[in-house]
Amino acid sequence: MNQTNQTTKPTAHGGGRKFRNDLIFVAAILVIIAIGAAALFLLREEGSTVQVEVNGTIIGTYPLSVDREVEIITGDSGEELNLLVIKDGKASVTTATCPDGICAAHKPISREGESIVCLPHKVVITVIGGNGEEPDVIA
Amino acid sequence: MKHPAKKLALLGLCTAIAMVLAWVEIQLPPLTTAVPGIKLGLPNIAIIFILYRFGWKEAAAVSFVRILAVSFIFNPATLPYSLAGGLLSLLGMALLKKTDLLSITGVSVAGGLLHNVGQILMAMLILSTAGLGYYLIILAVTGVVSGIFVGLCGSFAVKRVRFR
Ligand SMILES: [Zn+2]
Repeated sequence: MNQTNQTTKPTAHGGGRKFRNDLIFVAAILVIIAIGAAALFLLREEGSTVQVEVNGTIIGTYPLSVDREVEIITGDSGEELNLLVIKDGKASVTTATCPDGICAAHKPISREGESIVCLPHKVVITVIGGNGEEPDVIA
Repeated sequence: MKHPAKKLALLGLCTAIAMVLAWVEIQLPPLTTAVPGIKLGLPNIAIIFILYRFGWKEAAAVSFVRILAVSFIFNPATLPYSLAGGLLSLLGMALLKKTDLLSITGVSVAGGLLHNVGQILMAMLILSTAGLGYYLIILAVTGVVSGIFVGLCGSFAVKRVRFR
């Protein structure tokens, strides 16, 4: 039916080959998208980072993927302590010398944007994306 | 298409149809409000029709005029996104059509996918953030799905519409 049209090759009939190609093409695209989604998910997990601020100054960033303990020493003579523990991809404060103990009671954080704040010690612990980058503009 | 005036009139008609389809699309609820300009790609039905009936140059011209006009009428903020999406989409479809491996629907899937990918890439550029990966994944999938729908419509039009 397309013989009269110069610019179009026959597609209506004998389309079996093209139909098969279409299916392969769409399947390949979906596989690539799935791989991309998996990669994004894995990279996101690995890239998540804990940022520690004291009195508004960033004193360190630590990946959530590596278990460790960080002693956050503050105060004029270094008498104030918050113990940051990173374990199983989550960050929490297990020991603190602050009077209220709110930071130590906070549940472990792991998702981007979550934070634990110790007001008496002016310590802010925040989960950020990437490797110490700013949190996403959109997210 | 031997008469230039007739061809021009037909392309103008196609541009009008593409604009109407864009308007219809704007009336539909948006897929996401986070990034402007993300749409199903209904105007691509007209673009595919022109691509197969006339050629990539004509398709590019109509696509460009359509995007400019619709952006300025409805929302100029969407212009860079629409241009990036339209350009990438048309480029991919023209190249794939040349290989003659896929049907119109297959080519349209690539168009729908690249349209959304182009818009997200432009958004990443404008907002200077790589944090749109999730949108990219979601919109890649919706692009493929809408590409199938648009491709079936376009293919129907290419086969059935007769000029006299
Ligand atoms: Zn505290």
